[in-house]
Formats: sequence, C-alpha cells, structure tokens
Amino acid sequence: MDLILKIWRQANTQAKGKMAEYKVSGISPDSSFFEMLDVLNQDLIEKGEDPVAFDHDCREGICGTCSLYINGRPHGPDSGITTCQLHMRKFKNGDTIHVEPWRAKAFPIVKDLIVNRGAFDEIIQAGGYVSVNTGGVPDANAIPIPKFDSDLAMDAASCIGCGACVATCKNASAMLFVAAKVSQFAHLPQGKIEAKRRVQNMVAKMDELGFGNCSNTYACEQECPKEISVSHIATMNREFLTAKLIAQTKDI
Amino acid sequence: MIKLDAKIPEGKMADKWTNYIDHAKLVNPSNKRKLDIIIVGTGLAGASAAASLGEMGYEVKIFCYQDSPRRAHSIAAQGGINAAKNYPNDGDSVYRLFYDTIKGGDYRAREANVYRLAEVSNSIIDQCVAQGIPFAREYGGLLDNRSFGGAQVSRTFYARGQTGQQLLLGAYSALSRQIKSGKVKLFNRQDMLDVVKIDGRARGIITRNLITGKIEKHAAHAVVLATGGYGNVFFLSTNAMGSNGSPAMQAFRRGAAFANPSYVQIHPTCIPVHGDFQSKLTLMSESLRNDGRIWVPKNIDDAKKVQKGELKGSQIKEEDRDYYLERRYPAFGNLVPRDVASRAAKERCDAGYGVGVTGLAVFLDFSEAIGRLGKHVVEARYGNLFQMYEKIVDDNPYETPMMIYPAIHYTMGGIWVDYNLMTTVPGLYALGEANFSDHGANRLGASALMQGLADGYFVLPYTIADYLADQIHVPRFTGNEPEFDEVYNEVKSRIDKLMNVKGTQSVDSFHKRLGHIMWENVGMGRDEAGLKKALVEIPKLREEFWKDVRITGNIEEFNNELEKAGRVVDFLDLGELMARDALNRTESCGGHFREESRTEEGEAKRDDDNFAYVAAWEYKGEGQEPELHKEHLTFEAIKLVQRNYK
Repeated sequence: MDLILKIWRQANTQAKGKMAEYKVSGISPDSSFFEMLDVLNQDLIEKGEDPVAFDHDCREGICGTCSLYINGRPHGPDSGITTCQLHMRKFKNGDTIHVEPWRAKAFPIVKDLIVNRGAFDEIIQAGGYVSVNTGGVPDANAIPIPKFDSDLAMDAASCIGCGACVATCKNASAMLFVAAKVSQFAHLPQGKIEAKRRVQNMVAKMDELGFGNCSNTYACEQECPKEISVSHIATMNREFLTAKLIAQTKDI
Repeated sequence: MIKLDAKIPEGKMADKWTNYIDHAKLVNPSNKRKLDIIIVGTGLAGASAAASLGEMGYEVKIFCYQDSPRRAHSIAAQGGINAAKNYPNDGDSVYRLFYDTIKGGDYRAREANVYRLAEVSNSIIDQCVAQGIPFAREYGGLLDNRSFGGAQVSRTFYARGQTGQQLLLGAYSALSRQIKSGKVKLFNRQDMLDVVKIDGRARGIITRNLITGKIEKHAAHAVVLATGGYGNVFFLSTNAMGSNGSPAMQAFRRGAAFANPSYVQIHPTCIPVHGDFQSKLTLMSESLRNDGRIWVPKNIDDAKKVQKGELKGSQIKEEDRDYYLERRYPAFGNLVPRDVASRAAKERCDAGYGVGVTGLAVFLDFSEAIGRLGKHVVEARYGNLFQMYEKIVDDNPYETPMMIYPAIHYTMGGIWVDYNLMTTVPGLYALGEANFSDHGANRLGASALMQGLADGYFVLPYTIADYLADQIHVPRFTGNEPEFDEVYNEVKSRIDKLMNVKGTQSVDSFHKRLGHIMWENVGMGRDEAGLKKALVEIPKLREEFWKDVRITGNIEEFNNELEKAGRVVDFLDLGELMARDALNRTESCGGHFREESRTEEGEAKRDDDNFAYVAAWEYKGEGQEPELHKEHLTFEAIKLVQRNYK
C-alpha cells in the first residue's frame, strides 16, 4: 500500500506545532499502524531527519500508552481497539491519513504526538484505591460477592487509562475515566466505608486539573477501546449525589 | 572476586521462613523515616514493594521509563496467578505448589526460595481481594479457579484474560495512595543508566530524564531493581517495546553476578510471525489450553495444502488430525509445561506438518469445547482473547481454528540474589523477573505474577529491614559525593561516544540483526556449533554498531533513538553472555534445550551429576571473558527425577 500521512509535528511543549506531510510506500495490509509508522521513521532516520515521536509500549492493547488521533477519531477508524491494535487493512491504497495527538487542556503536548497524561495519575492518587496496608487482611473468601456485581466491577476496572474518552469529548471531560474507578468500587463491598470521600475527592481533583464537564453525548463510550459503558457515569453521579447529601466528612 | 553465599536459613524446609522472620533484625518506626530506598521499575514487584515500604514509613523514590507506573509490562499478563489456597478441594497444598514449581523448573531452582514463594502465595490473594481486585467468582460469590500448565490441580485465580492488568492496577492504587501521602516520590519517564557504589555498597543510581534529556543523580541507603526481563534481546518477543535488560547489565558491570542468562522461556501459544516489518509478537494466554486442543494435520499432503491455502483446518476430518500433545503426553495432554509444548510444536513444524503460509504454525482448536460447553461459555472465558486474535489476524476463532507458534516470552535467568533477594553487591536488591531465583530453567504459567507480588509485598519488606537495621546511623546521601560525580561523568562520556558515532545504520536495524542471530542460534534448540557461531557474530555486530550506528537528534531533549541505542548496547552484551552460558551448559533442562543432550524419545535430558548448579557470571572488564561461579543446588525436600508428563 502507498499512503500519504499528515502528521502533527511539535518540537516540545512550548514550541509551535504544524502538520507535516510524508509519503510511505510498500506497506503490508497485515502490518499494524505502528509498524507503518516504524517504516516511516526508518526512512526519516536514513535521511538524517528527526523521526516522529509517538507513545507506545505493549503493542497489544492493554498498557494504554498509545494515543493517536487518526482521521478525527481517537485510536482510528475501528471500535473496541487501541491504536496499536489498528491494522493497515482498515485503510485503502492511496489514502491520506491525518495523525494528531490527544487534544485537551489537561494533557499538554510533550513532543509531536506524545502528551502528558499525568493528570490521570493525580486523579487516582486523590482516592482511586481501597485504603488497606499490606498484610493483616481477611481471607479472600471471607466476603462472598455476587458474581453479577463482581462482573460489573470488572467491566469498569478494565479501563486502561489511555485518555481516548477525554480526547473525543468536545468538553475534554474525564468523566468516563473517573467513573470507571468509582464504579468499580461502588459495586464491591471492599472500601465501602470510604466511598463518599473517594468520589468527592476524585471529582474535585478532576475539576481542579482542567477537565471539562459531561454533556451526555456518549462519545466517550463510542471511542473507549475497552467499550466501558456510560452507565458507570450514572453510577458515579449517584455516588456523588449521595455523598453530597449525607456526607459526614470530606477531608483526606 | 565474588563469593556466592545464598544465606539460606537453618531448619526444615517448612520452617525456614518462619525462623528467618523470628530472627531478622528490625528497624523501629522513627528510624525508618531516616532511611531512603530507591526502587527502579513499577511493575508488580516494584509497585508492590514501593507501596509496602512507604506504608511502613521508609522514604521511597520510585522510577519508571513509562509515562505512568500503571503501564509497566506486568499489565499484559493474561491468564492468572497461582496460590495454594486449595479452595476447589482438589488436593492442593503449599508443598504441592512448591513441588510443582521445582519440577516445572526442571530442578534448577533454589528450594528454599521456592518454598517461601509457595508459602506466601495465599497472602497475595487475600491482599489483592482486600484491594478490590475483581477476580472471577462463582455464582455462590466465592472465588473461581482454573488450571494451568504443569499442574494437576486448579489453583489459578484470574480476572478474565486481564489478570496482570488487575493485579498491577491494585499495586498501582496502593502505590498512588503512598505517593499522595508523600512517602513515595514518583519519577516517571526516567531511564536508569548506572548504579553508584560508595565503599562497596549500592547508594544510588544515575538516570536520564527522557523528556528533558538531563542526566540526574539519585541517592539512597539501598537500591532495588525490579526492572523485568530481557526477552527483547531477540527483538521479536511478547515483551513491551521498551522492556529492556539495561539495569541488569549495569548492575552486572558494577559487580552483581548474573545467573543462568541462557534460561529463556519460549511461550507455545503466540500469534505467528507475519512479515519483516513486524515489531512485536502477541501472546494468546496459556489458559486457552484448558479448553483448546492443539493439532496439526496427520497427513503431510494435507499440511502442504493448508500452507498453500487450498484447504482449511476446519475441513480436515477428525481422524486426519494429529493431537500431538495428547498423543505424546496423555497424563497432561494440552496442559504440559510451556517448554515441552513449544518444542513439540517446533518438532512437528520442522517435520513439515506445520500450517499457515509459512508452515510455522499449529492449530489451537475450540470446536470441541464450543460443542461441549456452548459458545456463550467459551466467550465468557476467553472472549477478550478471541477478540484480540481477530483484530490482529482478521480471522474468526469461533469458526476456524486459531493458529499459534512459540515466541520468546520470559527470562528465568537474571541477577543472582541470595535468600534476602540481595545481589552480590551489598545494598543492591533484585525482585521479580529481574532476578533468577524461583523458576529454575522453566517457569510455570501464572507463577510470574505470584513471584512479583510475593517479592514486593511479603519478602523484601522483611529482608531489607534486616540490612537497613545496620544503616540507621548512616546519614542521608545527597548525590554530591565524589562517587556520584565519577559515575555521572562515565555515563556522560558513554552517551557522547554513542552520539558521536554518526554512522549510517539505524538502531533498530542492529537490534533486528541481533535478534536474528539469537533466534537462530540461542533459540528453542541450541547446539555447540550454533552457539560458537553466535559468539563470533555478536562481537562482530557490536564492532559494526560502534562504527556505524546513526542516532538522530540531540542529548538534551526527548530522543527515542538515543534511548533505544543505550538498550541495544546492553542487549549486545547480554546476547553474548546468554550464548556463553548456553555453551557452558551441555545438558538440556527446561527452556534450555541442547540438541546434543536428549533421550532416545527426543525429550530433554538433564545431567544432574555435572550441572545441578546455578551458573553465576562475574563481569571482568570490557572485552574480557566473564568468570563462571557455581552455586551448587542441594535438594533436601524433593528427590531429583527426570521430568515426566506422560
């Protein structure tokens, strides 16, 4: 396959960026999108030019590192996948492909297609855990948990923290990401006693970091590589409202 | 010169760890605040260690090359985690988990470490459940188990096909809680470049900030490496693109012995290679072997037709299929250990019975399971894996059998550690896949997660206190000591040297060529001629690398080519060390198969009289041959026998 690529190039956070055009040829339709970019980068290195910087690591759709906005969609023209699982057979010979980084105020650009998603780590640090220390916990089978609830918790917990939900949202909202963590614990007995504090702290942190609000377009669910349902946002809203109405404490 | 002392506690096997805890030195809470610990790596071992040590009150600094600690490659582990809970009431026990692990490792692991691993395995499951990890459950609300290769009991806990993800996110949450509390400081997007020693003890590391390119000095009372395995020596593997062996090699060059480098696990169920541009191999979880049946055509003509695309697997009649694992190993069938399954696949493909365009693949077939259980049950168990397969291969595994082939997956070898998980450098520790201690010559499925979390949650917090108890009077290090400056300057000049080669070939092109040498000569089957060839070709490649590598960009900026170049420098040295170790070990054991050492039936033949030892290599300087030290393995609790899965 022969393709034309239009790629966002930006030297660093402060620099001004622009779209640059490249041509690649002889790409196998069975290769992945990143393998196609590898070919481009090899060409650039041979010419002595700076290769395109993009984030990637496991290349099997689970680490959540990759983050390309391809032809106007996070992770490109397929659903239920990350960029690294996108294969060139989804494109046609001669296509022009636009590649951009995630665009959100809370995710500043590091270089080219790489953004800083440290804001997600900060949200988890604000309360995305059950506060137990290592050791001294009860036997694993001491608390039976209905399979149905456990499965719902697992649906939410499968979030890989890639940020596609933020990238696709017109408000750059992190609601689906935060809801996935809140909802995981909302469906489990573990950590129930700190549920109110958790949801309030995580939501406050999300607002503080410059993510937008939710206006229910459901774009996040559409683009989530793990197909996490917006119903978790409803769960989080319920948790949040309950916490506001009957919270005893808000401090850490 | 290095002296190996495993420091195994006195007493009967079952009492050793308890005895150790009873007598280990402790650090009181007010002194813990005065002690700094550096941890490199945020996978299961690193994150769990950092969280636990932070909770205890130590001052911890943790480093990762990724943008977030949650991305460490433990996240990609699919199938599950073992523990001796015996919830299914099927005859499991701590002893049996210990026994299976020693046997699975082909009697090349240290008994005392493995027994401790089995002993703490149950606490891991309790801890993970308390953290809110959504393990699979039965309708009664209790935890579900499944079976894995090398075991006849069901002792594997799992969270769909994403167990590693859930366990890592659990450890990451605990770590995040400590970061919030201020006890742990996170340094993300940092590459470790060297170890700093003061008076013979590890006191810090040199790193490169991958965003700014600045070289930094970090000091502590002790340094812990939880930096994973080195499978990427082969270029193509199931490891993440950034997984590397550099911290291990840096430790090696600073005096840490490197044990059993040649022990590499080749995983039988991976998606086959498709072309030259391929960057990565994808694993299909071993759990698939619970219900999937592995076969190739019985008639070579059928195999040829399948390779040409004239015949489909599903069109071949039942009686014309060769379920070769069930035929050769009736007792364990499709659930033989990974090394056995991989070699059996290679044997069939080498004989011409392989399938797929290249002939280098075998079928993994679910049609019988779908008939027996129904599609919905198969989907519930393996849905995400089937989806992953379909996205990559563009073929529906519910209708046509999957095609799989072995690929490099895990390295059992690693930095030599004693019972305390301390390397031969005082104050330098190695955890998880980065050390060598628990899996012998072959790791059983679902045991890597167990070991990573055992080391981080339940072993290191005890053993590091025993060392630090003597360090409470040692004042904090600042990183401005002359020893830091010395190593800092060495690191800088190494980077300058790399940047100044200004050659014509890319870093990746060298890495691919190294991978090719390794796969051909130090891969699934090894012989003297091939290993000697590798020992000639790798130094030649290294020479060419230093003459002709091209690294674009500058030092003090984000520069992925420079990162990769540093890793390839270490992979070249590692590859050579692996070949040397494989050449020395003329027996076959576990993942290490020497063509010269096999039984009449073609199975691996161990040589306990001459090789029941850990081969620990000591660095002797650049261009010098490393020196071999032997830690002889004694077996008190288990009798040495030839492995038999028939």
